[in-house]
Amino acid sequence: MSLRLTALDALHRSLGATMTDFAGWDMPLRYGSEREEHLAVRTRAGLFDLSHMGEITVSGPQAGELLDHALVGFISALGVLRARYTMICREDGGILDDLIVYRTAENEYLVVANASNAQVVLDALTERAAGFDATVRDDCDAYALLAVQGPEANGILAKLTDADLPGLKYYALLPATVADRQVWLARTGYTGEDGFEVFCAPADAEHLWTALTGAGTAEGLVPCGLSCRDTLRLEAGMPLYGHELSTELTPFDAGLGRVVRFDKTTNNGEFVGRKALEEAAAAAEANPPRKLVGLVSEGRRVPRAEYAVVDAEGAAIGRITSGSPSPTLGKPIAIAYVDAAHAEPGATVAVDVRGKAEPVQVVALPFYKRAR
Amino acid sequence: MSNPTHLQYTKEHEWLTAAVDGVSTIGITAHAADALGDIVYVQLPNVGDTVTAGETCGELESTKSVSDLFSPATGEVTEVNQEVIDDPALVNSEPFEGGWLFKVRATATDELLDADGYTAFTGA
Repeated sequence: MSLRLTALDALHRSLGATMTDFAGWDMPLRYGSEREEHLAVRTRAGLFDLSHMGEITVSGPQAGELLDHALVGFISALGVLRARYTMICREDGGILDDLIVYRTAENEYLVVANASNAQVVLDALTERAAGFDATVRDDCDAYALLAVQGPEANGILAKLTDADLPGLKYYALLPATVADRQVWLARTGYTGEDGFEVFCAPADAEHLWTALTGAGTAEGLVPCGLSCRDTLRLEAGMPLYGHELSTELTPFDAGLGRVVRFDKTTNNGEFVGRKALEEAAAAAEANPPRKLVGLVSEGRRVPRAEYAVVDAEGAAIGRITSGSPSPTLGKPIAIAYVDAAHAEPGATVAVDVRGKAEPVQVVALPFYKRAR
Repeated sequence: MSNPTHLQYTKEHEWLTAAVDGVSTIGITAHAADALGDIVYVQLPNVGDTVTAGETCGELESTKSVSDLFSPATGEVTEVNQEVIDDPALVNSEPFEGGWLFKVRATATDELLDADGYTAFTGA
């Protein structure tokens, strides 16, 4: 099967990007050094093409009730022009995907799914819409998605729009005109920095990319690929579906039980997975499952996904879900599920790096938090 | 980056120099370094080890992957590049110069290509 191309494909190639197959999309992995791209986002600004993300529009008089039923969050309680991090679970509580839902109007929501799960989420929402006065529409091809992330993002955007950026809070959005194009401008991201996500018509993507690049030159904005997006989110302690999250785990297993809102008042409080999730919450309370923790190595070798975490005797006590050199810390870091008995910050455990035990220290997540 | 004409190359993307006093210097090509991305760790054979052409003799870790390092020659290792061990980014910035990896008293080599042959092989 041929890879799907974003509206910015020709532009990426003209910039000399190294491309990669990501969930069936041909996406920029990096343009030059991924480390330099990472550090640019931490200290200046970076520009990403995220058009592979799966946009789904849910609209109609009962759109909010449908999402309350289909997702674990209390979506109808979200204010208009606000966004929320949430999840969609199976009836057995297993996580199908993590999502951001933007309320774009009184009766309209934009659901953004991971590229790898876009079809799964679309199918589940469509099936779960039965009986609700609401429609579910696949809008993946209706939007291109750019992200401007980093401490200079605000100043760069301000050159291109009259929108009220100081008034645009974290996890909020606005219909805005940016470089003479109509977009949804959201203050969201996946890097641990201040920044914006720009949902635009695919036909406008190249114009906006070029305008943002021009506006950001003085601030040192650089194009950034998915490689640094992964290390940025890892430092920020943000989960990635397929690594920290899967259908085998409930939100409570992942330490993200707070996204499950048993206090919903719509649909008599019923939602898909409620019974299993109540049991998972009680089980997590009584008998803490493996805990998601950070690991920092003083060595040079990188603890990578799927490597075993071991105790002093070499017995397996956990499993790494993501690992990478950290450009900000200058050390290898990893996220791992570790037995509760070994999960206290400060504990020393080891990682089996291809047959050799490398000592690592348990730390609380995130590894990096920006100064506000 | 073009491949220097005074070096010989393997299809595993290593280069080696003609022997000087019986000793050849070995590294990986710019093409390989680019494909790996930022290199963060190199594990090299020890001085005195015997390496075998075409066999694994170390590893290179980049941000995203771990790759085996294959020796292009058989022989005793006479020197390793401590600067590259301390600063693996040298492999990216100077793959054909300061980013060399180790030296071997070569008694045999893998199948080798000249610069034009290697350039054609990588499709550049």
